[in-house]
Amino acid sequence: MKSALKEKPRRIGKFRPFRRERKINRSAAGNGLLFALMAICGVFMAMPLVMIVNNALKPLDEIFQFPPRIFVRYPTLENFTDLFVLMSDSWVPFSRYILNTVIITGCGTVGHVIFASMAAYPLAKHEFKGKNVMFSLVILSMMFSWTVTQVPNYLIITALGINNTHLALILPACAFGMGLYLMKQFMEQIPNSIIESARLDGASEFRIFWQIIMPNVKPAWLTLAIFQFQQMWVNTGHLFLRSEELRPLQHALQFIAQGGVQRAGAAAAVAFIIAAIPITFFLICQSYILETMTTSGMKD
Amino acid sequence: MDKRKDEFKLTFKQYMSRHKASYILLAPFFILFFLFTILPVLASLTLSLTYFNVLEFPTWVGWSNYTRLILEDDLFMLALRNTLIFAIVTGPVSYVLCLLFAWIINEFKGKTRAFLTLVFYAPSISGQAYLIWNIILSGDRYGYLNGFLMNFGFVQEPVLWMKWERYILPVLIVVQLWMSLGTGFLAFIAGLQTVDRSLYEAAALDGVKNRWQELWFVTLPAMKPQLMFGAVMQITQSFAIADISLQLAGNPSVNYAGSTIVTHLLDYGSGVRFDMGYAAAIATILFCMMVGTNKAVQALLKRIGK
Repeated sequence: MKSALKEKPRRIGKFRPFRRERKINRSAAGNGLLFALMAICGVFMAMPLVMIVNNALKPLDEIFQFPPRIFVRYPTLENFTDLFVLMSDSWVPFSRYILNTVIITGCGTVGHVIFASMAAYPLAKHEFKGKNVMFSLVILSMMFSWTVTQVPNYLIITALGINNTHLALILPACAFGMGLYLMKQFMEQIPNSIIESARLDGASEFRIFWQIIMPNVKPAWLTLAIFQFQQMWVNTGHLFLRSEELRPLQHALQFIAQGGVQRAGAAAAVAFIIAAIPITFFLICQSYILETMTTSGMKD
Repeated sequence: MDKRKDEFKLTFKQYMSRHKASYILLAPFFILFFLFTILPVLASLTLSLTYFNVLEFPTWVGWSNYTRLILEDDLFMLALRNTLIFAIVTGPVSYVLCLLFAWIINEFKGKTRAFLTLVFYAPSISGQAYLIWNIILSGDRYGYLNGFLMNFGFVQEPVLWMKWERYILPVLIVVQLWMSLGTGFLAFIAGLQTVDRSLYEAAALDGVKNRWQELWFVTLPAMKPQLMFGAVMQITQSFAIADISLQLAGNPSVNYAGSTIVTHLLDYGSGVRFDMGYAAAIATILFCMMVGTNKAVQALLKRIGK
């Protein structure tokens, strides 16, 4: 009774008294040690990012400076203006390259996430014939070197008549084994009771998949989207896309960067853009993942 | 048990209608998967029994690619040895590093956490990041590592890191470890978020006293599916090391000190010798090695938290 009286009255709404949520089983010393460790390792790991940013801002004489310095002394944006001049010169307008990238990367990423998740749900939660065979095929396929499968793959894509179209890049990307494996592993953790109760309420399997499974494994499909976006983004499409006007931004940027010594500045800007776009995507996805963390209600 | 017996009595049509939803959900992925993965892999397995130079139609040679590979190809044996060293060192170490860093990052909150994830994932996301090691390991005295060592008097003259046989493999291992916080790492990060918070409270009541016990008894068992996934990714990566060797040690590296099974495969398969049948045989052997390792690792992982 006494303690209840002592308690301050709780205010409602956003003026709730600030209460620090302490994690259990954590010591201050341990936290400090971990922080120091992360700082040291972090410097080591962040090197490429620091380097790319600094290089992009270096004027030409600093790029060729020997011995090379990591940090830029007189930052400038002229590498980017150089790059934009070069871009405006290309005979296929740059907006076309951008559109191609949006189509290839967009469809490849969305398609893969959806198809892989759809297939992962029955593999994780349904019982049917051929389930184990299918799943082992997916795992095994990830262990076969893609270098050798390229020739048969090329023949198949030609036979399907989708050579030199965007579909040649998008369709195979929709069925990479890794995504299915990742999604299946996460879906296995969802308690069966949630699915059962949804079934009792009369929800169809598709509805369960879309309204119960997918929201519960949001961190997984956002992570998968990061992987897939990265893979699609670096693809120059040289193997299948012979027409210049079908090729993606990656191809155009690398083409500019390969122009030799006189394009070193533009090349540094290209390296920056090539890294910046997946990083932006990464940050967006990560922030959504963090959001789900606070709201997820996956309990038995 | 009864349900199972029932299933046997069903006709094909009834069975399909009962499991219609499952198969419809599976269909889009597996049709594409069959076309673009299974078929090419089967074709490659067949190719490994032929001589195929990409221009002419393949001719059947039976097992001769395999006998040549195992009995006559000294370079393959060297590549095999290097790959095994790579896999045995980088595989487990980077697996543990992925897990460790993911777990530590999970201790942080909000913006700090997002920032740390980005920093540690940076080598995997910023394109060919390992190229900066060319500058660090440059063989003259302006290379960062040489400059550092000479300033402090550890060495008297610059070390040719990428040209001396005995340094090549260790250096490549270090670079690979630095690169290794990739797929597995992000999967662990995401996996740690799906661990049910109430498990920790329950564990604290049950007498779990510190973060290490919590890791072993609560966190790891709860994210076993992700651990399995991470292991497979680790195996496929650490057995297939090639790019960093090609870029840092050159192709061929000095006395083939940096050659791996995949660089050997690339030598035959894409570009230099155009012997696809032989390359397919190499891929098949690599495939068998990975499958075997995977079996062993998955058996080990089943023991976590016991």
